[in-house]
Amino acid sequence: MRQKGAQILTKCLAEEKVEAIFGYPGGAVLDIYDALYHSPLKHYLVRHEQGAAHAADGYARATGKPGVCIATSGPGATNLVTGLANAYMDSVPLVAFTGQVATPMLGRDSFQEADIYGITLPITKHNFLVKETGDLPRVIKESFHLAATGRPGPVLIDLPKDVCQKEASSGYPQNSQLRGYRPLPESDPLQIEEAAAAIAGARRPVLCAGGGAVISGGSAALRQLAERCSIPVTTTLMGKGVFPDDHPLALGMLGMHGTRPANYAVNECDLLIAAGVRFSDRVTVRADAFAPEARIIHIDIDPAEIGKNVQAHIPVVGDVKTVLEQLCRQLPEKEEGAPWPARLARWKEKYPLKYERNSGKIKPQYVVEQICRVTGGRAIITTEVGQNQMWAAQYYTFTRPRTFITSGGLGTMGFGLPAAIGAQIGRPGETVFNIAGDGSIQMNIQELSTAVSYRLPIKIAVLNNGYLGMVRQWQDIFYGGRLAHTEIPGPDYVKLAEAYGAVGMRVSKPAEVPPALEKAMEITDRPVLIDFMVDRKENVMPMIPPGGTVSKMLEE
Amino acid sequence: MYRTLTVLVENNPGVLTRVTSLFSRRGYNIDSLAVGRTENPAISRMTIVVEEDNNVIDQVTKQLHKLVDVIKVDDITEEEYVDRELVLVKTDADATVRGEIMQIVEIFRARIVDIGQNTLTIEATGDASKIRAIIEALKPFHIRELVRTGKIAMLRGGRFTTTKSGD
Repeated sequence: MRQKGAQILTKCLAEEKVEAIFGYPGGAVLDIYDALYHSPLKHYLVRHEQGAAHAADGYARATGKPGVCIATSGPGATNLVTGLANAYMDSVPLVAFTGQVATPMLGRDSFQEADIYGITLPITKHNFLVKETGDLPRVIKESFHLAATGRPGPVLIDLPKDVCQKEASSGYPQNSQLRGYRPLPESDPLQIEEAAAAIAGARRPVLCAGGGAVISGGSAALRQLAERCSIPVTTTLMGKGVFPDDHPLALGMLGMHGTRPANYAVNECDLLIAAGVRFSDRVTVRADAFAPEARIIHIDIDPAEIGKNVQAHIPVVGDVKTVLEQLCRQLPEKEEGAPWPARLARWKEKYPLKYERNSGKIKPQYVVEQICRVTGGRAIITTEVGQNQMWAAQYYTFTRPRTFITSGGLGTMGFGLPAAIGAQIGRPGETVFNIAGDGSIQMNIQELSTAVSYRLPIKIAVLNNGYLGMVRQWQDIFYGGRLAHTEIPGPDYVKLAEAYGAVGMRVSKPAEVPPALEKAMEITDRPVLIDFMVDRKENVMPMIPPGGTVSKMLEE
Repeated sequence: MYRTLTVLVENNPGVLTRVTSLFSRRGYNIDSLAVGRTENPAISRMTIVVEEDNNVIDQVTKQLHKLVDVIKVDDITEEEYVDRELVLVKTDADATVRGEIMQIVEIFRARIVDIGQNTLTIEATGDASKIRAIIEALKPFHIRELVRTGKIAMLRGGRFTTTKSGD
């Protein structure tokens, strides 16, 4: 059957069972939108293309399925760039479609022309500029395959206007044929045996689980291995939720703002089993002083991660879940009462995360704890970037994978609100909470309009300190308190929320925090924004200063 | 240390940019890069000479493998292989020195491919050391222009770096 390119596109998306498209129309995508007009596909109109990319990202992280977004050529396409870079850093499966000027107009600096193919080369897993309508089904098939398999990532398809208008055969291929693409490397059984032997012989082992453990669905396998061999578990920021925070073996997050027990454990362990982590500088802080006494087993699906930042003694290339299951099968059960987990348990008791509870001010940590309480620790939490993100990671008790959605690698302010929209659309039955700062929320505040349009009951907690708090914290600690341009006056958030058609509340006293949150939980037909007037000078602690080691950890 | 990689890639538009931008953004040093179509028009072969230590080469190889358009990467540095580079050198050559230059050309089994009023253009083919030597030998006559291809390489004997099926 012969169809127009735009119709082939909608047909292929239906074949891929795409449930949500986040997009914004424009001249170069008029034909695609005309095809959407006639299609049952569900399209969500955002207010800025960056919002479309982040919403698709939030959808993908919450559901595990590829997120889809559409933008027009030129500025529409360049507005997706931050969202694509964000998804690339955190290995999120996205398929992004951009309009492009017609092929005869390419390269002539035409109206709304930008070389988005060239621009996105280093921030996509792969990208395509389609020049023949007949290539569309194959390219779309390959894009979804590439985005979702192996180490996931964003794929961009640039579609010149005439390619969408011309007719071609619309048969959708059953599978893709990419001879240069090997998404699932076979693990070497000898490496797994060596890893198992190292675990069996370790006296002070620690498991460190990251985003790759979440993506592979390795939560149960991780727990099984930890419990079977009595191995304490720390998670990276991206790994939050893959191991329950309330588990006796849980050490919490490691790294720059990690817990003392987690960082002490990594510092003293003799074996570090790193599962689906990439040893970010926010985790190692100083790579050459990281886990100084440990042999390192590094499990990752991406061979290029092995040895990139930290040299592994026992590299295991493969799917994290599969490898953990194989390890579990080769290891005998360890008897209870080993001295190492007991020592860590004592550290957990001795060094809990702490903040001043009787200051009379609203402490941001308290707000996060109360959000955890009213949601029973079962909400999907999205965050912005900065202090709000660290407090959310530290003080919310995560118990399920895919419930902590945060911009880990790129650190994109303005991510949390659109990501919450995508997460809520992907998981309509869940409570979705965006923990935000007053700086970050203003970066994509226009998406409140999107959330209102689709009557999404997302909750937004603005931890309002009137500062770009994390930068202000660094200025206070490392730059002599010279607060250069970090005090940031904002609008009246209650009025702002109401102007958009959302519910707005302001909370100025600690005692008002629980009732406001409880009231927010009762609203189910529109978004709620709560403006928490928190202690302006609160810092995120503990903190390992940049370039420092565990012994240099700061605490208030 | 210099390593020689031979890389089979899909002959897609943009594939050269993908490879070179990978090198620049990850901060790897390319000494030379030669690329051309193979016996199969859908596949091109790149010969890349990289100046890095072993750890970095390991990363280069893995990062290259991640590119979807890259089919195969072989580090042939430790193998037995034939390598060639082609250079064109235009040198000052008035009547008094032409004879001398032609002798040098003879010794290196190079060729004179063009003669100007006061210049000679010499074509030489060979491995890196031979190319280096002829350039050194011609320097005293004042080299006006020089262009070279970068190294291409192939394994010796019955060994191949092609894909298994030959496609």
